[in-house]
Amino acid sequence: MVWINALLQGVLLGGLYALFAAGLSLMFGVMRFVNIAHGDFIVVAAYLMMTSVLIAGVNPFVGIGLVVVIMAAAGYLGQRFLLNRVLGKDILPPILVTFGLSIILQNALLEIFSADSRRVQTGWLETASISLNDVVALGLLPILMFVAALAVLALLQWIFYHTALGRLLRATSDDAEIVPLMGGNNAHIFALATMLASGVVAVAGVLLAMKTNFDPTAGPARLLFAFEAVIIGGLGNIWGTLAGGIVLGVAQTIGAQIDTGYQVLAGHLAFLAVLVLRPRGLFPKTIG
Amino acid sequence: MNEAPALRFGLPGLFVAVVLILAVAPFWAGRADMRLLMEAFSFLALAQMWNLLAGYTGLVSVGQQAYVGLGGYVFFGLAMFTGLHPLVAMPLAAVFAGLVAIPTGWVAFRLQGAYFAIGTWVIAEVFRLVAAQFTALGGGSGISLPVAIVKSIGSSTAGREMAMYYVAFAIALVATLGVWALLRSRWGLALTAIRDSEPAAESLGVRTRRTKFLIYVLTAGMTGLAGAFIFLQKLRISPEAAFSVNEWTAFVIFIVVIGGIGTIEGPIIGVVIFFALRGLTADWGTWYLMMMGAIAIAVMLVDKRGVWGALHARGVPSVFATTRSLRLETGTTLPAASPRVEPAE
Repeated sequence: MVWINALLQGVLLGGLYALFAAGLSLMFGVMRFVNIAHGDFIVVAAYLMMTSVLIAGVNPFVGIGLVVVIMAAAGYLGQRFLLNRVLGKDILPPILVTFGLSIILQNALLEIFSADSRRVQTGWLETASISLNDVVALGLLPILMFVAALAVLALLQWIFYHTALGRLLRATSDDAEIVPLMGGNNAHIFALATMLASGVVAVAGVLLAMKTNFDPTAGPARLLFAFEAVIIGGLGNIWGTLAGGIVLGVAQTIGAQIDTGYQVLAGHLAFLAVLVLRPRGLFPKTIG
Repeated sequence: MNEAPALRFGLPGLFVAVVLILAVAPFWAGRADMRLLMEAFSFLALAQMWNLLAGYTGLVSVGQQAYVGLGGYVFFGLAMFTGLHPLVAMPLAAVFAGLVAIPTGWVAFRLQGAYFAIGTWVIAEVFRLVAAQFTALGGGSGISLPVAIVKSIGSSTAGREMAMYYVAFAIALVATLGVWALLRSRWGLALTAIRDSEPAAESLGVRTRRTKFLIYVLTAGMTGLAGAFIFLQKLRISPEAAFSVNEWTAFVIFIVVIGGIGTIEGPIIGVVIFFALRGLTADWGTWYLMMMGAIAIAVMLVDKRGVWGALHARGVPSVFATTRSLRLETGTTLPAASPRVEPAE
């Protein structure tokens, strides 16, 4: 029974990891660009949420909206004025610039918020749970978070396939050089992609803040989880990414069930196993 | 060419002079200076290795801390449990790191480009988490090198420090001159071709994958050697310190990029700049780290070639010549191109 419990907790955790992964995957899909500071952006969103709720006393739901708007705007501007300048065939400049950003963000957060780990209180939600039997009990908060993750992924899917913006992003993903010939503005499209990804990152950060303790150095681990979920699921497939997140989440909770020290290691090993056995992921590309 | 003659011989001369001055450092430098130099030599070796990997083969790894930590841990293990002399344990740790890089590289090479970068980071994290499971080596909290082992290097403090200084000096020198020798060899021609254009190199018969793999293993071994020395100097090792991405990869990348990637001179200049900045601004704490990040970003935005690249483009000649040029005697003519087919290898 404890194993079934671990399995279910892992599935719920997977929703969060899929959200981490969606932003990373989106930016890679459109721009062939991997953001090393992705995890740090998630942590920045978590701190924004904490600040707006704790210090400014904003209603949590208004707070979420605020964080999404701020992150999306920062994403658009950052892409338009900084990251667009280093995109190109050479993979080093974007890696280096985002690595530099990662160091800057971590240390800036350290300077502002100190190294203490923080958490956003969610009141009665923290302990509310649904008991299936003596051993298996699912927390209400993890369930709500999983549903929120599904909703965001479904929204992304809808944007990709049913809106003009989605068409633009898919076209850019297929061939970024041809899009300008059809009147598209790559600089703007890239910035829109990052804006969308940053919105997802914002939601991921808010959920992270409610779920667990975080500190200024929590970013890199989140980047690695996001990356692992993307690779396990297979590139360029939103529902594959969800599956990847769930596989990673389950591996981690099963590992933690064996020994608490094995949680993260088990996730990494699952990732490496997929890489060795199915290098293209469990659900290879279906969309661009 | 627009090379100034004074610089053409002046710079290599300067380099040799600096090497000679550093070679007798134990006789003029104080203990604090020696320690700083040893640290700088370690970073120079790491920077040369990362540069060889990323600057020439295009394998941008952000997981080289895996081999720094592995070298350090294997060195501690060998020195503590086999009774081997530290100076024997160090090269063995390097060989071990190189051997581990073979299966590791086989897995990491399944990813390309930026995904390779993050994949190597995951692997380094696996190494860190596994190292924390070895209770004999202190588990998660780390372990100190026993005094007896340290004393086996030299009985007096001064003698010990001199021996360690020359080890560090040799590691930096071997890393720098080794890369130079490699680049001047047949392999070097392949590496430079890969750096300039991988598809073109491949079409001319360079076995790019094999070459890259070999370089990956080679740099892992040398990085492991530097790691073994680093933790001999620190006298203490822990998973956090040994597999630190900031210390052993971010700083090293910043050194290479600021100095000039894809050149041998770049890492040297980068190390000098890095240690000068650190000396001046270390009191700033986190602001110093933010500044390093900002400088690295600025280099990418202003001139991707870094300090040495920018100088070289303005006519400063190479210290370590690696380019090959075709010289024609006056009066000779190039033979007409003939369609000759080289026998297949």
